[in-house]
Amino acid sequence: MGENIRLSFRGILSHKLRSFLTMLGIIIGIASIIAIVSTIQGTNEQIKKNLIGSGVNTVDVQVSQGDWEYEFYDGNPQGVPQVSQDTLEQLKAIPHAESVSLYYKNQDYDGITHLTDSLSGGYLYGIREDYFSTAGLVISQGKGISSNDIKKFRKVCVLDAGAEESLFPSGGALGSTIEIHGEPYQVVGIVRDKISFEPTINSIDDYYMYRQDSAGRVYIPMTTWPLIYRYDQPENVLIRADSTEAMTEIGTTASGILNANVTSEDISYQAKDIFQQAKEIQELTQSTNTMLIWIAAISLLVGGIGVMNIMLVSVTERTAEIGLKKAIGAPKRTIMNQFLTEAVVLTATGGVLGVATGLALAELISRLTGAPVAINWGAVLLAVGFSMVIGIVFGILPSKKAADLDPIEALRRE
Amino acid sequence: MANILELSGIFKSYGMGDLALPVLKDVSFTAEKGEYIAIMGPSGSGKSTLMNIIGCLDRADSGTYLLDGEDVSKLDENRLAEIRLKKIGFVFQTFQLLSGETALENVALPLVYAGVPRAEREKIAMQALEDMGLGDRAGHLPNQLSGGQKQRVAIARAMVNHPEVLLADEPTGALDQASGEQVMKLFGELNDRGVTVVMITHDRKVAGHAKRILDITDGIVTEGGEIQ
Repeated sequence: MGENIRLSFRGILSHKLRSFLTMLGIIIGIASIIAIVSTIQGTNEQIKKNLIGSGVNTVDVQVSQGDWEYEFYDGNPQGVPQVSQDTLEQLKAIPHAESVSLYYKNQDYDGITHLTDSLSGGYLYGIREDYFSTAGLVISQGKGISSNDIKKFRKVCVLDAGAEESLFPSGGALGSTIEIHGEPYQVVGIVRDKISFEPTINSIDDYYMYRQDSAGRVYIPMTTWPLIYRYDQPENVLIRADSTEAMTEIGTTASGILNANVTSEDISYQAKDIFQQAKEIQELTQSTNTMLIWIAAISLLVGGIGVMNIMLVSVTERTAEIGLKKAIGAPKRTIMNQFLTEAVVLTATGGVLGVATGLALAELISRLTGAPVAINWGAVLLAVGFSMVIGIVFGILPSKKAADLDPIEALRRE
Repeated sequence: MANILELSGIFKSYGMGDLALPVLKDVSFTAEKGEYIAIMGPSGSGKSTLMNIIGCLDRADSGTYLLDGEDVSKLDENRLAEIRLKKIGFVFQTFQLLSGETALENVALPLVYAGVPRAEREKIAMQALEDMGLGDRAGHLPNQLSGGQKQRVAIARAMVNHPEVLLADEPTGALDQASGEQVMKLFGELNDRGVTVVMITHDRKVAGHAKRILDITDGIVTEGGEIQ
């Protein structure tokens, strides 16, 4: 065996150009597969990292029109009732749902001000005392919204870092009073995300998926909401799942429960979770990539046929050598093995070169497009293994032809 | 002395049916161990076919052939390969050395098939080359050797497994006078050591080196008489 491998390498080196051209099909095929797989893997790992980074398995079930969040400045939607106590109990009973919190949320353009600073495009949230814990937000300064604040209709508010920066560019937010549509609210606390998390943004899709509402968020007690907006606005629901995997299921169940009470044609509750979005993006790229992998597989097939072709030429060229070997006592099996080894060494070398090219290509793609790349060593091994299988499959016919040569005929040819 | 070759009633023809061309017609002869035989005949006489059958490269259509007491006429291809490996050494007119391999590697080739480990292989092959006076040419490629040297490498290869029979097909056909003489001298020495030599030639002068001559004409073998 070692002897065969040595002879094979000698054969390859003695016909460098021919061997290279023969391997080219394999190199291209393997390189494309490695490049594609590395890119998929990179993207997937990034999504995973971003998901783990966000750390909170929250599912937002929002009043939506089409695919978009319903804009409440158009008025309260017809046919969407407020969430009843009974419905809330049903939501809390969903398996894997750790906590459920109802809240109001409106985007606001010029109604939130402090002196001359305003929060344009920020969000106002009407929340209960359990909202922060459900959403995975922690109080970094001051205090949160308490149940007393809610019971007593206190006009207090909590800002996030974005809102603090917009409304109090020179600091001193805590204890100050801001105006929300003419109503004075006292700032009692500042919140931040539990895990400080910077998602890696490579594309516009990533941006929409991971963006935080950076213009700022202002939280007020839910009970004071009607002071600013209309009465009877339907609530959104925030649910915290006990695991990332459960998020999608919880979202479907919750929107089902909520939509049972909705009579509107075009407005309904829709669940939005980062996991699902990530999966959708993943599936989209995956299906494109599966197609690419098939195309690469065809190039491997063509490469394999090229190897078979050259091996047949090689057998014909070396008829005298084969004849001599058989004459001096080489068994059929040995001749067969020699040519099979040669085919496998040829394709495996092509495979290794293909892997190297593929990794370089992936790196290049990463540099050019910013797409993340991760090397999947399993795929690398698989690719080299697969190229060896190609060598065996497409080497069998020429090897058999060599082994079956009649030594007398073979020796007669010079 | 025991017979090393025992051929009786060997028929061989090429082609099929009505077009069959008989090449060997009822060939029978025996050779004892240690004989030095030249088979002489013009081209087309069937001497190459006879050589192929003796060398276990081909099988007769009918008749029996005992090699060292073993009936090889009915053996399958793999058994024949094994016999060629162990009992027969081949020397060809055109040397048939592998051009990409050194003299040493060429000589060691039969040892590879005999399953001899690499280090030992090289030692044995080196010894065989030295026996042929080519110890200093071990690392040379065939195209760096003269015709006579190439044929001596080929003889070293033929003898490396210590076969019973050395089969040579026009061994001096591609050599000049001096190299040819040298090869004939080597054959004589090998025969003196007890190796049975069977040589095919159309050259009566070359055949004169053998101790016994068989004439073959139109597929019929006749005793050409002992020499000296």
